[in-house]
Amino acid sequence: MNTLRVAWLYFRVGVMNELQYRVNFFVQLFQSLIQVGTGLVMLSLVYSHTTELNGWTESELLSLLGVQIMLGGFIHTFIQPNMELLMQDVQQGTLDYALTKPEDAQLLVSVRQVRIWQIVEVISGLVLLTVGLTGVESSIGIVDALAFGFALGIGGVLVYCFWLIITIGAFWVVRMEHVLELFEGIYQTGRWPVGVYPGWLRYSVTFLVPVAFAVTVPAQALTSRLQWQTLALSIGFGVVLFGFTRWFWHFGLRNYSGASA
Amino acid sequence: MSVRAAPLPEEGRIRSLVDFYGTMMRVSVVAQLQYRVAQYFYMLGMVAEPVIYLVVWSTIARQHGGAVNGITAGQFAAYYIVWTLVRNMNIVFGAPFWEYRIREGRLAGDLLRPLNILHYDLAFFAGWKFVVVALWIPIAIGLSAVFHPDLHPSALEIVVFIAAIWGAYFVRSMFQATIGMLNFWTTRGAAVFDLYMASEMLLSGRLVPLKLMPGWVQTLADFLPFKWTFGYPIESLVGDLSTRALLFGLGAQVMWTVVGYVLFTFAWRAAIKRFSAVGA
Repeated sequence: MNTLRVAWLYFRVGVMNELQYRVNFFVQLFQSLIQVGTGLVMLSLVYSHTTELNGWTESELLSLLGVQIMLGGFIHTFIQPNMELLMQDVQQGTLDYALTKPEDAQLLVSVRQVRIWQIVEVISGLVLLTVGLTGVESSIGIVDALAFGFALGIGGVLVYCFWLIITIGAFWVVRMEHVLELFEGIYQTGRWPVGVYPGWLRYSVTFLVPVAFAVTVPAQALTSRLQWQTLALSIGFGVVLFGFTRWFWHFGLRNYSGASA
Repeated sequence: MSVRAAPLPEEGRIRSLVDFYGTMMRVSVVAQLQYRVAQYFYMLGMVAEPVIYLVVWSTIARQHGGAVNGITAGQFAAYYIVWTLVRNMNIVFGAPFWEYRIREGRLAGDLLRPLNILHYDLAFFAGWKFVVVALWIPIAIGLSAVFHPDLHPSALEIVVFIAAIWGAYFVRSMFQATIGMLNFWTTRGAAVFDLYMASEMLLSGRLVPLKLMPGWVQTLADFLPFKWTFGYPIESLVGDLSTRALLFGLGAQVMWTVVGYVLFTFAWRAAIKRFSAVGA
């Protein structure tokens, strides 16, 4: 309960901070439009040369793109700013300020910042998803919708865990600023159904970097491709990865001696 | 005992400049070699982009009897693997770095140095390229083993390619620096950078070989600097460009470098008048 209260408090402070910079909303809107536009151009290029890619039609891939942009927006709003701050704190020796607070340190480093204007990306993803779904032939039942929501939630947890595991690397490798490019690059693989990738890459973006679980699985739910086994595997993987992340965080902390000490 | 001062390196402006570039590039190599893990993080993230395009287009090629618009899976592989080298070469001191430089108050210190600020950025990034290319080789070998590129360059193409990747470096440096000048007027340049990057994405051959684009896009690309930083260097090695087209491309790169430099100079003169230093 206390955990939620702390997270909520940080969220409110973060939002109030960001609301001071209202022009950023329009900047973000413009950036989202460019992002969506580039994505659409790539899709129309691909489908001007083919009618289906690995069994996915254009509308279905549009929904997938929507999910990818939506989840990307969630990452940019809630996860990435915190991870960047954590890396910066390790580099500059200011992490001690978070560690010495009475609340759980992993919670604190995960909720300290929120870039609320990035929520525009979530909305633009949602619009794409809706437009894509209207072109999908099979109708979406309530079960599909529930499975989608659930899979997306798990996807969020998986991406958070992945980001935190990588960021904890900062305890050993101090210069981590390029991690952002690494993640952004790999996250782009989510724009295409995981089935198009050759085996080694498919397994990498499924288990090593859980982009496939985070993006393809929810999109599968909406396009009536999801099998219950996949969803169960996704949940199991989520639980295991979360447990591992928790352990790895403590392991990393034990190795951290502070930059100023 | 008499003390003799070291002779000043004032034998010529050009010679001093060459000395400066040599030294700065060596410093850059030594500095960057320390952060090999960080370099690989960056490179792996960067390689993801062309690998995605490559996989998508080779899937389509396979679905349609082996080729899209006459480009086979092997040729796509060659295109996008060479892409990774060209991309490594055309990463420059870009507009976001200018934002950082101004926001963090570093420009004030940089202004005290005797040479034009562009020289420091050009020399430092040029040195970095040697580290990047050395680290890139294993990645290229790995990608080639997986994707089997269809690549048979002639000696002339290799020579032109080596010149063209440096041409791409200079063209992109000039235009990125010019866009970077926006940071003197606004702290929200990010939207304009994104617009620039999106135009580059579509009009340079970065997203797909320009051959796959509609005709009017290809015509538009001919009149803009973008394709000389991606499409042309890649095609010079991968494509079957005539000797004339190869040499014309190098000329176009020189022309765009000069245009970019002139634009930068104008923007810089206007910008520096506005600058009042952060933290001063």
